[in-house]
Amino acid sequence: MNRNVFDNVQIDLDRLSQYAYLRKYVRPALILLAVLVMALMTVYQVQPEEVGVVTRLGRFVRISEPGLSFKVPLVESVQKVPVQRQLKHEFGFRTEEAGVQTRYSANQFPEESIMLTGDLNVAVVEWIVQYRVSDPYRYLFKVRNVEETFRSMNEAVMREVVGDRTVTEVLTVGRQDIETAVQEKLQHLAKQYDTGITVDQVVLQDVNPPDPVKPSWDAVNQAQQQRDRLINEARAEYNQVIPRASGEAEQAVLQAEGYSLDRVNRSQGDATRFKALYESYRRAPQVTRQRMYLETMQRVLPKTGGKVYLDKDAKGVLPLFSLEALQGRAATKEAGQ
Amino acid sequence: MSTKSILRIAAIIVVLLLMNSTTYVVNEAEQVIVTQFGSPVGQPVVTPGLHFKVPVIQKANYFDKRFLEWDGDPNQVPTKDKRFIWVDTYARWRISDPLKFFQRLRDERGAQSRLDDIVDGETRSAVARHDLVEVVRSTNREAAAQEIGSEEETLLEKIQTGRQAITDEILKRASGRAADLGIELMDFRLKRINYVEEVQKDVFARMIAERNRVAQRYRSEGEGEAARIRGERERDLQKIQSEAYRTAQGLRGKADAEATNIYAEAYNRDADFYAFTKSMETYELTADPKGMLILTTDSDFLKYLKKAP
Repeated sequence: MNRNVFDNVQIDLDRLSQYAYLRKYVRPALILLAVLVMALMTVYQVQPEEVGVVTRLGRFVRISEPGLSFKVPLVESVQKVPVQRQLKHEFGFRTEEAGVQTRYSANQFPEESIMLTGDLNVAVVEWIVQYRVSDPYRYLFKVRNVEETFRSMNEAVMREVVGDRTVTEVLTVGRQDIETAVQEKLQHLAKQYDTGITVDQVVLQDVNPPDPVKPSWDAVNQAQQQRDRLINEARAEYNQVIPRASGEAEQAVLQAEGYSLDRVNRSQGDATRFKALYESYRRAPQVTRQRMYLETMQRVLPKTGGKVYLDKDAKGVLPLFSLEALQGRAATKEAGQ
Repeated sequence: MSTKSILRIAAIIVVLLLMNSTTYVVNEAEQVIVTQFGSPVGQPVVTPGLHFKVPVIQKANYFDKRFLEWDGDPNQVPTKDKRFIWVDTYARWRISDPLKFFQRLRDERGAQSRLDDIVDGETRSAVARHDLVEVVRSTNREAAAQEIGSEEETLLEKIQTGRQAITDEILKRASGRAADLGIELMDFRLKRINYVEEVQKDVFARMIAERNRVAQRYRSEGEGEAARIRGERERDLQKIQSEAYRTAQGLRGKADAEATNIYAEAYNRDADFYAFTKSMETYELTADPKGMLILTTDSDFLKYLKKAP
């Protein structure tokens, strides 16, 4: 629009350069332009996540909600504040490009992240803070450089909280605790400073020991695992041996019980048999003995390999047998009576 | 263009200029001191909106009304226990008395440099009066329980004053000195505290040594525990086996005793007969086809072989 008008002017001047002509065409064009500019200065749009803060000659008059709004041109001006958007600050690192695979800046910001712990050790703490502008009026008019101020507050509060904890706490068990404490203190401070900011969440990111100390922390982890491994191995050995030994012990006891049963039953059987035999024997002892003896001999002798019958008066026969023969065979038996 | 219209345009410009130098706008974040030939006139203007002044001879001097930042340079400061640290601080302040501020400091740049002097000085002397741990810690809270009990031998040192009290003290002293400049210090904080490089090296060495100690402890704990378990295994094994042996032997002994009793009771009826029958049985059982039996004729078995009855 703007350019068109001037192009016209240019051409007309070149061609005619007549005041009358200028009067005729350029004046209405200029007026139209002025009206349009005024209109543009009157209407403004507020995005859904924003509100507009309207000041009239410097004085705050109203807050306009999202949508199309009007203001008095020249006299009123509007500043838009994204009150619905969640804003974020990063400490100790910077996201370069957020996405599925977020890229982080290769730069480190040690001055932000290195801090002293309560036991006078050093920890490297990275964190983010998520916040919203809850009071646009305060946000704009109460504090100069709110964002910078807010960053300083963050660093001071984080160090205050970390400064009250041991390095082990900071690096291991105390994360949740630190986040909560920092958030509370930060919210309190944001209110005290009239920043108009509401802290949504403080989230610890990487919390590490300083680089030169890192290997020794890893060594501790390793040692811890080594300890667990040693214990587990010993337990495994225990479990490998003891249940089996218990079973075997039970087996031995059961075997002994079996032995007992066997022994008692057999003895009872033997006793019963003997008693029965004895009852019969008592009636004719002499004959029975003779019979039993001879019957036994009858059974024993056929089973014996060699038999030598000697006169009771024969002497010096023993050397006749070779020692080898005697050794090779089973023991000699002499049935005596 | 006619002379008339040129005059008209000039008149408009003059009026505009006059209006411009008669009025001034104060916004929400500002306050104004009106000066006449350089010296202040009337009270400071703090309400936002349109205001009037005498044109040309009066001038509006703008000052910020908001909380302003002061960010100290990192300072190398020794603590009372002779440790060198970097201390980085910040403060919030505002121009509470613009008139005084205007007279004493003229503008903000002057204020920042005066604040540097005041706050840095107070910080330095306050830090030097306290041990490092007092500057770092705020409370005497106990460390949360560690995952393995007695690991932490370097327990948190107790503090007397603490960070909060020290910053409060610095704030109070600095406020007193700044009040005269029309400045109100709202808050002061220690932003960053770090060891200077040489000290840092020592601290790292100490941390490493401590970690190594902990690692060593874990290792020996593991070995000790494993040895204990092995011992337990050995003991339990012996116990189980010997108990089983004891029980088994007891059972066997009892059975043997019972059997002995039973045999004795039965065989006692006629010991001779028992010896006889048992011998017969034994002969039969021990008969060996490979063996050799030598019998003399005086045995009962052969006595008829030699001599008829």
